[in-house]
Amino acid sequence: MTTAAAVAGKARGGQSVARLARRHGWTVGVYVLLLVLALYWRTIPAKWGSFDVQSLAIDALPLAFAAMAQSVAIISGGIDLSVGSLISLVNVVAAKYMVHMSLREALGFAALLLVGSAAAGAFTGTLIVLSRVPDIVVTLAMLFVWAGVALQVLQIPGGGAPLSYLQLGTGHWWSQWVPSGLVILLLGFALLWLPMRWSRPGLALYSVGSNRNAAYLSGVSVARTRIFAYALGGLFAGLAGLALTSTAGIGDPNAGQYYTLNSVAAAVLGGVSLVGGVGGLIGPIAAAFVVTLVKTMLILKGVDQNWAQVIQGTLIIVVVMIGGLAIRQRRRT
Amino acid sequence: MSAASPQVAPPAARFRAAQRLLAENPAIALSFIFVALFVLTDIVNRAQSGKPFLTPTQLSTTFLYAAPLALLAAGQTLVMLTGGVDLSVATTATAGAFITSGTAHGQGTGTALLLALGLGFGIGLVNGIGVAIFRVNPLIMTLGLSSVTLGALTIYSQKRFVALVPNLVNTFGSGRFFKYVPYDLLVWAPIAALIILGLRYSGFGRMVYAVGDNPLACRLAGVRVWQVLLLVYALCGAFSALAGILLVGFNDAADLGIAAPFLLPSVAAVVIGGTSILGGSGGYGGTILGALILTVLDSLLTILNASAAVKQMLYGAIILALAWLYARTSTGD
Repeated sequence: MTTAAAVAGKARGGQSVARLARRHGWTVGVYVLLLVLALYWRTIPAKWGSFDVQSLAIDALPLAFAAMAQSVAIISGGIDLSVGSLISLVNVVAAKYMVHMSLREALGFAALLLVGSAAAGAFTGTLIVLSRVPDIVVTLAMLFVWAGVALQVLQIPGGGAPLSYLQLGTGHWWSQWVPSGLVILLLGFALLWLPMRWSRPGLALYSVGSNRNAAYLSGVSVARTRIFAYALGGLFAGLAGLALTSTAGIGDPNAGQYYTLNSVAAAVLGGVSLVGGVGGLIGPIAAAFVVTLVKTMLILKGVDQNWAQVIQGTLIIVVVMIGGLAIRQRRRT
Repeated sequence: MSAASPQVAPPAARFRAAQRLLAENPAIALSFIFVALFVLTDIVNRAQSGKPFLTPTQLSTTFLYAAPLALLAAGQTLVMLTGGVDLSVATTATAGAFITSGTAHGQGTGTALLLALGLGFGIGLVNGIGVAIFRVNPLIMTLGLSSVTLGALTIYSQKRFVALVPNLVNTFGSGRFFKYVPYDLLVWAPIAALIILGLRYSGFGRMVYAVGDNPLACRLAGVRVWQVLLLVYALCGAFSALAGILLVGFNDAADLGIAAPFLLPSVAAVVIGGTSILGGSGGYGGTILGALILTVLDSLLTILNASAAVKQMLYGAIILALAWLYARTSTGD
């Protein structure tokens, strides 16, 4: 259906360039922004090398996954405020039990946690669909439920993970300049999102987010798609929690708070419109790196940590404001 | 509304009439719940420590504790009536607390209070600008502004200043007169009356409901929706700052976490009170009962030695259950 039309569009030559620009312009823009920031970043410290790239990857990895989780929810027409708490939960459960495991056991346990986090997302989605309560309220409530469970599992930061597992997030593959975390991130994107995005469930996701009524009238199972969206979001949140365990090496029940708002900011900055049905996952990944890079550069320049938080928060608000203006302009034309 | 008919109505019709009465006046059911919870806490307390809970002192303490929450929930009610939500009430209250204690020594009590209320109004105004003019999702805007405020407050708290909580604030925050009547009721009651009467009898009140119900129709009818929203968020900020003043009076010192435990309960109180999350229906009367119920619930949980984790999970579950219940009853009609 849409795939055929897309193929036909590309074959038409000149006309499709404008459409391509409109559809992918924002994503390209975010990558250009990342490049510009990275070039400026190189000039700040006296010595800049692969270590800095690795540090950035370590820092940004959980946020990138969180942004992907949030993007899936927003594209489907909703929002998921419980992403941060779910990340905390997976983080503390992983850290609490992995500390005495071998790498093989840890990986198996990680797979189990992913199933669990996807199920948690599906649970949230089912609640939203069954109760007809707006997703903001349900995910806000689930935020506190998961946060409470995380506190119950681990009251204070603690736990750990086998060294080889920590290497997964903090090491490098083949060369000093290729952080293994980045590889896992791209693998996750390629294996979990790309094949699905152009298949039936993926298209259903976009149609439900774009116009729920039209999707329903076209025969798309809206309820199933929405539950699937939140389940997929839960899966990515689980990956974020595992990534956090790997990069931080410890479990912290409050660690996920940072990702609640910043995942939304990264999604919006990455071109996912809050109205739904617009955007992809590749933009938010770059946006997550941009957000993390801004924070890193502020700290490198010696800005006080609290001032950095104020600046970052203000930037997020400005970004979302601009996004809101863009929606208004689009609606007017 | 079953008109009083001279004939004796059959039992089935009378039961349905009673059901409808309860559904349209949640205050009745909520009052029952409040009394029942109080009695339950009494029973549990007697079982645990042999002391009764159903005493005038405890009743007055409940009202004393509930006042700041009720003020936070007052602003939250106004915002939710317009279809939004304000997640920055806690940080605005903290800002009010800090300004009061920080400037009271240098500028005197009156000026400090005015500054605190002004700051709250200003923060709310910024929220309103983001939501009304830039059409940012209220959740994102208020969440972002709350993190900016918290960062700014952290910086402010690290500066050296003479922290003084004026005696007047202390009295109103924690004192009682005639042995049982808390002073903060003198602040809460007039504001409650103002809100309830204002919402019901003033033009602005009607516009708040209208904007929450159908903003597009309002705009087409000539209502300046952005002005209504701006004022609503600004009032919410002012009420939050007032709650912060009461809290610092109770606590005798300003603390970055002074209002954090009240954020979720403020949303919960509004939801419990029957105000629809989508806006357009509800009122402050129910919220008052919601705040009282939550305060008694908190006492009950404390007596039961429930951990912070369990409390959080429970709050999330309560919000969910009640929002579901109200969604069911409203769509059922």
